[in-house]
Amino acid sequence: MTWLSLNWPHVIDLARAHLLLSVPAILLSVVIAVPVGRLAYRHPRVGGPLLGAASLLYAIPALPLLIVIPALLGTPLRSATTMIVALTVYGVALLVRTAADAFTAVDDHTRGAAVAVGHSPLAVFWQVDLPLAFPVLLSGVRVVTVSTIGLVTIGALIGVSSLGTLLTDGFQRSIPAEVTTGVIATVLLALLLDGLLLLTGRVAAPWTRAARPARGTAVTA
Amino acid sequence: MAMVEVHDVHKFYGDLHVLKGVSLHVERGQVCTILGPSGSGKSTLLRCVNVLEEIQSGSITVDGTLMGYAKDDHGRLHELRPRQLAAQRSRIGMVFQRFNLFPHMSALGNVMAAPVRVAGRPKEEAKEQAMELLERVGLADRAHHFPAQLSGGQQQRVAIARALAMEPDLMLFDEPTSALDPELVGEVLAVMQDLAASGMTMMVVTHEMGFAREVSDVAVFMDEGVIVESGSPAELFDNPQQDRTREFLQKVLSHTE
Repeated sequence: MTWLSLNWPHVIDLARAHLLLSVPAILLSVVIAVPVGRLAYRHPRVGGPLLGAASLLYAIPALPLLIVIPALLGTPLRSATTMIVALTVYGVALLVRTAADAFTAVDDHTRGAAVAVGHSPLAVFWQVDLPLAFPVLLSGVRVVTVSTIGLVTIGALIGVSSLGTLLTDGFQRSIPAEVTTGVIATVLLALLLDGLLLLTGRVAAPWTRAARPARGTAVTA
Repeated sequence: MAMVEVHDVHKFYGDLHVLKGVSLHVERGQVCTILGPSGSGKSTLLRCVNVLEEIQSGSITVDGTLMGYAKDDHGRLHELRPRQLAAQRSRIGMVFQRFNLFPHMSALGNVMAAPVRVAGRPKEEAKEQAMELLERVGLADRAHHFPAQLSGGQQQRVAIARALAMEPDLMLFDEPTSALDPELVGEVLAVMQDLAASGMTMMVVTHEMGFAREVSDVAVFMDEGVIVESGSPAELFDNPQQDRTREFLQKVLSHTE
């Protein structure tokens, strides 16, 4: 606690840096994975191999990836951009299959009803597919969020500042309190974002909590 | 002019010949019930009328409009684009066996969805109309309930209100009471009966023989993809001409009694 009370402004700065790396990566993962998942659902022949390939991205070890990205994209090695691209690769790998599953889980009969009342294919997507896929998509985004918050710490190994810096610095200088603070702060940040997403889900999809009434009560109109 | 004109319609699912040259016409304001055993093609016929299923030959017109196709300057038929098809479908209301309400919308939202998103009506106006329709099906007090909070009969009545919201010229009912507990069937049939009395043209696939006999103007018996017999309910129920019709009615009526 003494270490934290002396260094809390530094921890806050690192937490902010941590968020500035994670949030764009999470958003980019969603923006890329949802259309790819949708494509995989609509065209299973292309989709199967596409999902397989995307999921394999997660098998790439982090450190080599952080070195390959600057070589491929020309971004500086110790930069936020390199880190965000790497995190996005992992995020997409985690999310594509869930995105495809989310659209598959939408009941075809509900889609049929929307078509029958005159919705165009685009309107069916916005009015039926996306809202009904949302709860499953959100559960995937929660996994990506927690995973991304954890992965950001690896950036400290190549000198990109985040809460991971507390881990590397704490280890190098043998300050257990700094390491502990890094671990706890990272977990708290992950829990905070996960909680916010959970809350978003409850507000945006209240129908998922609509319970069936007791038999007999609903019969009387 | 007939409201619905089905002419020599053939429908295949792969090699399976589901509709084998079906012809039928329903006059404006008539209620046509379609009876028949499972797999006879009656639901498929209904789904072909609003082009939820494509037909392989024949033609279907609703209120004089050829469904699913348009003729070009040379008289050749072309499939309609999705938007044009959607516009055609919006003139026809459909009620499904399993209600198929939008689970993420309240009863009110379900009824308002098409008028706002498809017809582009102002929200306030659509809301007012939706409340009137929910009132008409006896569910104004359930307007803000989600489908999961409603009984099967209530869900089906919301589905009827949703179909009516686009002010359709024709209503299609695909076994609207088959998925309901017996004690909930009556409330749905009562709403349908009211609708028939208001002059709505209706095509109803049903196993409710009482409804078919009392409410319909024309009863059609289908089996194995063909119309075996059709006529007034009195003719069909009391004096069936075909053995297959007689057999079916005997089975169904003895079961009902």
